[in-house]
Amino acid sequence: MGISRRSLFKVVAAAGAGSAASALAPLKARADQAATSDETIGMLYDSTKCTGCKACMAACNQANGISPDTETSGGRAHMPVDLNEHTLNIIKVYQDSSTGDHAYIKRQCMHCVDPACVTACMLGAMKKRSDGVVTYDPSLCIGCRYCEMGCPFNVPKFEWSKTAPKIVKCQLCRDRLALGKQPACTEVCPAGAVIFGKRKDLLVEAHNRLDSNPGRYLPKVYGEHDAGGTQVLYLACVGFDKLGLPSYGNQPVPHTVDAVQHAIYQGFVAPVALYGVLAGVIWRNRKRAGETGEQSEQP
Amino acid sequence: MNAQEQARPVGGRILTPPFLALTALAALSAVLILWRFVAGLGASTALNDGYPWGLWIAFDVVTGTALACGGYAVALLVYVLNRGRYHTLVRPALVTSALGYSIAGLSVAIDVGRPWLIWKVPLFFWHWNHRSVLLEVAMCIMLYTLVAWIELSPAFLERGETSSNPKVRSFSRKVLPAVRRGLPFFIAFGLLLPTMHQSSLGSLLLLSGPRLNALWNTPLLPLLFLLSCLAMGYGAVIIESTLSSRFLGRPLELMMLSRLSRVMAWILSVYLAIRICDLFVRNSLLAALFRFDLFSIMTWVELALLAGPIVLLASSERRRDPGNLFLAAMLLLLGGALYRFDVYLVAFQPGPQWSYFPSVTEILITTGLVAGEIAAYIALIKLFPILSGRKPTAPARAAVLGRSYMTAD
Repeated sequence: MGISRRSLFKVVAAAGAGSAASALAPLKARADQAATSDETIGMLYDSTKCTGCKACMAACNQANGISPDTETSGGRAHMPVDLNEHTLNIIKVYQDSSTGDHAYIKRQCMHCVDPACVTACMLGAMKKRSDGVVTYDPSLCIGCRYCEMGCPFNVPKFEWSKTAPKIVKCQLCRDRLALGKQPACTEVCPAGAVIFGKRKDLLVEAHNRLDSNPGRYLPKVYGEHDAGGTQVLYLACVGFDKLGLPSYGNQPVPHTVDAVQHAIYQGFVAPVALYGVLAGVIWRNRKRAGETGEQSEQP
Repeated sequence: MNAQEQARPVGGRILTPPFLALTALAALSAVLILWRFVAGLGASTALNDGYPWGLWIAFDVVTGTALACGGYAVALLVYVLNRGRYHTLVRPALVTSALGYSIAGLSVAIDVGRPWLIWKVPLFFWHWNHRSVLLEVAMCIMLYTLVAWIELSPAFLERGETSSNPKVRSFSRKVLPAVRRGLPFFIAFGLLLPTMHQSSLGSLLLLSGPRLNALWNTPLLPLLFLLSCLAMGYGAVIIESTLSSRFLGRPLELMMLSRLSRVMAWILSVYLAIRICDLFVRNSLLAALFRFDLFSIMTWVELALLAGPIVLLASSERRRDPGNLFLAAMLLLLGGALYRFDVYLVAFQPGPQWSYFPSVTEILITTGLVAGEIAAYIALIKLFPILSGRKPTAPARAAVLGRSYMTAD
């Protein structure tokens, strides 16, 4: 692509360092299992290889049977500005306003190791499969959109234009996977910027690239540990926060809420005990009131 | 129990001009709700993928159920702390609870995208995601709405006992004793469920932690939500009692409200102490507090609104001034509502490309639902034994709600 990526390096080096410095909290057993399982799959996107041709976007719409978003072009070209109800995958460009240097970024579901959307979902319409893919089942979705509130990457989108709306998001081409094919975006990418494979192999590949070409990249694989780890991994020369992938630390996003809920509701003991105490006290008070005639038994 | 304090229907004409105006607003809301289902959420609301939750969740559900905590907060005093003197406040507070929670449930059905599947939430127990805070909130709110109406049912059955219809009369006479025997178990549920879901309304946004402004993002959110909803419950009771005394010409239970305001001020003080300590302990926030950007200003307004009632209610003399009591309760409700709006709409920052301000349709639907709630409250207290039955005074004020109010006596 012929642009200097080193010039941007200095500006953003802090982001990677900041993430690495964050305390690595112990992950849940479930998360550990998913992250270390040899069978989980994912994608590796290398921003420095992407030419911004957007072939992956067309392939994605085709594979998912979604008509392209042509709104901003007045109905002519496929040019959404962000992920939306027609767009499960997008190539965006970041341009430095002072130097003019730019970098591409591909956005789609990160398939988090411990996803907030799955934690949020009341009936489990969002599910984390054993192969790492986060799937969506509309028959269990009431459209509450708590998954959108939870996802730190703003990924799940809602079909606002429809009267029978669903949540839409990348499901790593689960139908194609079932047929033994790879996702449409990785298959079609002419530059090899996004590749499909087992997460552990992709991590090895990512670190090989960093080691063999240190000047080309920021020294970090985004998604290796970020937000508890994601199935989709990123390499880039521009600060990940500038590309829309902020530093969220290494704890899974649901960690805090899980800890709080676990402390309060472990085994549902506290609510049952509280109910017992309340019912006992009310019963006793009413009996006493009945004896002294001070208080009515009715509310 | 003194016969003077027995609950009686207020009586009087229901279809007064204010009642009809409220009903008209509710009817407009009903038409717009129909339109929302025909046109979809995208066309009828300003909601978007950055702000998927807006006015209906932040106000109707999160703030509305907190304002409807009167039944919960008063029951805690009367039945658990055994303060029988507040007994006459229980029924009117329960009416606001039952109505407020019913409106919240209706709002959820309007807000969700696929409401025809809501029935699966309580019934598909084998699909329950036990990590989902929203599931807990949804189940508790559904159950509590039911429990609040059951707790209130003796009011309807007592009226039924005097009905002119013999079938209603014999049904009421048969059922009422059984309901009264079972009430303690429902009352206990009526205390447990709000304790759970009002705190969990705070926990809900912990999942949005990475995108929640640090001034509000604390693991203590559930505790802060619980304490503030209790204070708001007492505040709502003070407002409701003051207004019904003013507009229905009923004597103001000043001593009772004055004592209640002391309880309210204490709970509010605990809330504020925890809120401020939390800001100090996470001391990087002190800088954020003095940045005087949107977040810092909102925090200051919130703190000021909630500190106001503590100052206003500091002396026992001031607690006996009805105007002062009313003002303190109003400030508290505003502060508590702002705290909830701040957490759900201001602190929540999906990114600079997103913005949200409710659409006219959203605002009109919410306004209509509140109007309908007030109309239903007026109708219920006129028809059923809700308010304690002391003889009305100051009839001049009563003209607002209907001239013939005294005929029931």
